[in-house]
Amino acid sequence: MTSPLVRPPRKNPIPRTRVASLPPGMRSRVALGLTAAAALGRFELQVCRDCGRVQYPPREACCACLSRRLDWRVQDGAGELLSETMLRHSFELFFRERMPWRLGMIRLDCGPVLVAHLHGDCSPAPARVRVRASLDRAGQAVLIAIPEKDTPNMADDRQLREMTCDPKFRKVLVTDAKTALGQALVDALVAAGADLVWAGCAEPWKKSPGFERLASIPQISLLTLDLTDSRAVRDIAGEIGGRVDILINTADYHRNFGIAARNGIEVARAEMDMNYFGFLRLAQEFAPAMRARAADGQSSAVAWVNLLSIFALSSFPPHGTYSASKAAALSLAQCLRAELGSAGVRVINVFPGPIDDEWNQALLPPKIAPGRLAAAIIDALRSGAEDVYPGEVAEDWLARWRDNPKALERELASASR
Amino acid sequence: MTDSVLTQLVADLLAQRIRIVDLTQTLSPEFPQIVLPPEMGQAWPFRIEETSRYDERGPAWYWNNFSCSEHTGTHFDAPIHWISGMHLPNASTDTIPPAHFIAPACVLDCSREAAADADFLLTIDFLRNWEKQHGRIPPGAWILMRTDWSKRTDPVAYQNLDETGQHTPGPDPAAVRFLVDERRVLGFGSEAIGTDAGQAIHLKPPYPCHYYMHGSGRYGLQCLTNLDLLPATGSVVIAAPLKIKQGSGSPLRVLALVPTPSDVPAHRRKRIGTRPAKIAKRRAAKKRL
Repeated sequence: MTSPLVRPPRKNPIPRTRVASLPPGMRSRVALGLTAAAALGRFELQVCRDCGRVQYPPREACCACLSRRLDWRVQDGAGELLSETMLRHSFELFFRERMPWRLGMIRLDCGPVLVAHLHGDCSPAPARVRVRASLDRAGQAVLIAIPEKDTPNMADDRQLREMTCDPKFRKVLVTDAKTALGQALVDALVAAGADLVWAGCAEPWKKSPGFERLASIPQISLLTLDLTDSRAVRDIAGEIGGRVDILINTADYHRNFGIAARNGIEVARAEMDMNYFGFLRLAQEFAPAMRARAADGQSSAVAWVNLLSIFALSSFPPHGTYSASKAAALSLAQCLRAELGSAGVRVINVFPGPIDDEWNQALLPPKIAPGRLAAAIIDALRSGAEDVYPGEVAEDWLARWRDNPKALERELASASR
Repeated sequence: MTDSVLTQLVADLLAQRIRIVDLTQTLSPEFPQIVLPPEMGQAWPFRIEETSRYDERGPAWYWNNFSCSEHTGTHFDAPIHWISGMHLPNASTDTIPPAHFIAPACVLDCSREAAADADFLLTIDFLRNWEKQHGRIPPGAWILMRTDWSKRTDPVAYQNLDETGQHTPGPDPAAVRFLVDERRVLGFGSEAIGTDAGQAIHLKPPYPCHYYMHGSGRYGLQCLTNLDLLPATGSVVIAAPLKIKQGSGSPLRVLALVPTPSDVPAHRRKRIGTRPAKIAKRRAAKKRL
């Protein structure tokens, strides 16, 4: 059984802080299908439309009938552990630094036999296991076999933690903790075992119901932070940037206008200044230190979370300028993912549908509750995914967008008439 | 050089017989801006972005780009700021006669009242009492309401918001009408974030200082500081807004020329003593009594 994680000792300042090494990251284009699914937290394999064969590894054609008509389909991952190996030598830096490493050969109930990282709680072969696809530190899909039934402290497994960004014993910055979402998130992080949560607050003279309560929670440290103020962002980064393990950017400026419904560009500019430039300021000031601390022991810098919006995928015309600012932020998040990815720090994008807050008051339900969204963010950190679509609206939009983006554009345009 | 008034002024400045008091708050990102309901148009706070700092962006020079509202920090309100002044001639920052940028000031000390009541409203009675002590308010003077509000350096205390809005002192409607119609003042200056009281939306008319002052072509100064260093009368204020085309106002540097006590007639010295150390000493002495 995995022993529970213990609070790491304070950092020894004498030895050099290790630089991050990455597991092998090269994949063929067809193999990236596995990564595309893992990014969403799904385990998908190619299924032949002609003969029904499920195959692994991914190929251009069906290994049974040579058909090229292959669909990626979600798999439950149930299977049998056939044998295991303890890796004690590797030419890969990443694994050399983490020896020994447990691997297993598994036959999935759906057919394929594959090699996967093996969770420490899996019984010796033969044993029933579940195979999951997870992103590793290189941002590519890998397979990991976990016990058939959950075990205590399962998330604390040494190998599993190399794929997740669990907030336990980590230090987290929440850039805007004033909103209902920000407060719910801070509470959820404390409950998840975070060592310290910096709770950001812009314009402290504007009181927010419930915010003052946070001051009495011992793990929480309040700080004034306004992402529209470059100097303030730089000052805060100077103060705490070298200690942030997980950064969650919840700062959001949201008004409800398209183009014709509001004169001038002031609202659009304010949305852009917070949602895009605010994110850019934050990234310029915080990302370098996080890159440098990506291999800083058990509580290393691991993740950057962006609160985007499902409106980033396709414009919701009644909130058109907001949609544009979130689309801009999505584009920038891809850039940040490339820059942080090379150090092994994961960038997680969260795409909620309308949040149940004052700026979506006029929208009909379903709207995602702040508490549920906060829980989805914690789940994302504990999982191996990087794109999170929490709630029914987000899932529905994502499905429609993946199926036919042009159709979704038309549907959203008519929804606003 | 002929011995003109200006020569004398420069000599007095050099000899510190006239002191310059800076009535301006520092423009900084931390300084709060006016709070309006969030669905309305918002005044930008002061923001600053570095252009270069002796680095690859500009090897030998340091400079910044900044942004702010016309109504950020210590600022000037032109008559066209308010709907009541929208049709007046020469009422925007680029057309106001420059002669109005230098004017005498009357300083009303409301600091005790404001300390006792954040919603303190300046009344005609208060003005008449002041005139009994300091003489009639001359036409064309700035009326500066000293409340010591600028000493609230914590932005939360400065804004002083609760569930019913902002609580800061200002003038009541009748006092504004009296100043505009019967004293023909140049404008009204305040240490708080507006010339009107925090709760002035509930007065009749709402925001009387904006409504009557600007409706009559008069001006406003907001977010002033150091008013406690000015005598009740006898100082001259220099307040020239930026020449923004059709500007409704502008951040600006506000300076006061203040005669040192020895140049003030003896019978008025007691009221007008200005040096902070002296004031503190006098207050301490009073307390001891």
